[in-house]
Amino acid sequence: MEKAGIVGVGQTKYERKKDDTFAELVFEACTGALTDAGVGIEDIDNVITVSNDFWDGRTISSMAIQDAAGSYNKDVSTVEGDGVFGAMYGMMRTLSGSFDTTLVVAHVKGSEGNMNLITNAMFDPIYQRKLGIDATSSAALQARSYMEKTGATEEDFARVSVKNQGNGVNNPYAQIREKISVDDVMKSRKISEPLKLFDCSPITDGAAAIVISNEKGMKRFKKDPVWILGAAHFSDSYTLGYRDLTNSRALEAAAKKAYDMAGITNPLMELDVIELADAYSYMELLWYEGLGLTPKGKGADLIRSGATAMDGELPVNPSGGLLCAHPVLVAGLARIIEATLQIRGEAGDRQVKGANKALAHGINGPCGQAHGVFVLGS
Amino acid sequence: MDVENIIYHGRIKVPYKWYVGETGSRFFIGLRDNKELWGNRCPKCDRVYVPPIKTCWECFVPTKEWVKLKDTGTVESFTVTHYSEGVAPKDVPIIYGLIKIDGADGSLLHFIGDVEPGDVSVGMRVKAVFAEERTGSILDIKHFVPSNE
Repeated sequence: MEKAGIVGVGQTKYERKKDDTFAELVFEACTGALTDAGVGIEDIDNVITVSNDFWDGRTISSMAIQDAAGSYNKDVSTVEGDGVFGAMYGMMRTLSGSFDTTLVVAHVKGSEGNMNLITNAMFDPIYQRKLGIDATSSAALQARSYMEKTGATEEDFARVSVKNQGNGVNNPYAQIREKISVDDVMKSRKISEPLKLFDCSPITDGAAAIVISNEKGMKRFKKDPVWILGAAHFSDSYTLGYRDLTNSRALEAAAKKAYDMAGITNPLMELDVIELADAYSYMELLWYEGLGLTPKGKGADLIRSGATAMDGELPVNPSGGLLCAHPVLVAGLARIIEATLQIRGEAGDRQVKGANKALAHGINGPCGQAHGVFVLGS
Repeated sequence: MDVENIIYHGRIKVPYKWYVGETGSRFFIGLRDNKELWGNRCPKCDRVYVPPIKTCWECFVPTKEWVKLKDTGTVESFTVTHYSEGVAPKDVPIIYGLIKIDGADGSLLHFIGDVEPGDVSVGMRVKAVFAEERTGSILDIKHFVPSNE
């Protein structure tokens, strides 16, 4: 079967209130990815941009960054969703044979809008939006459901924040680089109970880009690619209340498909590192289950065991994850970049020794409605 | 060289009108005119939806049968939210609940009110309180309150 691989990655430092415009961030990420790939924009056959009108504060936001993405005179297409789906689309475009190389870029400036109002607007205007529900309060409902169903505690959620913020100290791109304790999390300000300040990812600005190539296009690049071994993207029901928030079926389906493609039967044993979308601390436990790392209802046992710590058998989020920087839309692409750096052995202080097979994960929609999974390898 | 970074402030304001459709309108008319909760049943999986839905998303077939539901239910999940952007017509802390309405599957998102946040629990029985002035919207239910019924 035809293969595709990642040959270049670039990301801005993730911060709150970056001075640059979002187009300037896109340019920085794209030039970073091209430099990393050792090619020029002329070696790119097509471009995928990832953006959202509400976050950018303008309609058809994708068109506002075409110059910065170097897409003049190239075939372009756009994604409104998490960057992991942008990568999926970019990969498909090379595998179709229509193009040999794709540049995928995502950006967001979370600090320019209002996260609560923007995510309130993702809910149905007729039945749910007027209630004022948003990403955080809906996540809190999911967190409570998960606690009720599995017996996981707020301390278990805190353990995720402690682990990931501890890891983030080693990531020069992360926004939050400060170790905290379970006690710090438990004593942090109540936001939407059971979620507290340190259970929630921060508001972040940033951009990320990757270059994907099919086998034919590989001769343009000097570096060894990181191969995409499996990739899938599934969604569940939209309306909050219709689906079981404690059963991430969409993630299970996406993971199964990606594992089947990559020939993985025991992810806990066979994967070396995972970068997943921990927009809120508890999500990591729920996604452990969806990814098949632990039986259903046992996510808390996995974090307690230390298996997903940096020195555990399967480190999860060595970068610090979304809890240390949550550029919405960019987040999934950043996970793919982190996974790529791990496999290359270029992850610096956050490197997992000998990482050879990595999983990157992204979410879209309220409470992880949609999930994208990439399995990468050398 | 350090340059003063200028920030431009703006706001996007666009009025919208969303057509509720026949299925949703029937639900809202029930709330508005009769203080009744109506759901509809999928002919294939037997699931009863509230709010009603024209097509079962799970079975991908049209729902047909209308089911009159009770105005009571059980709290499946809740959160006490300590901030507000002014969208909800409530003062903080706002209590949101996912409420499994008796006779329906899944749950309805709404407010829980007239109760101390510390007294709310999963499994608690609640009953709908209807707004005095009802206009055919989800806010025709004011909130759900604890109930012994």
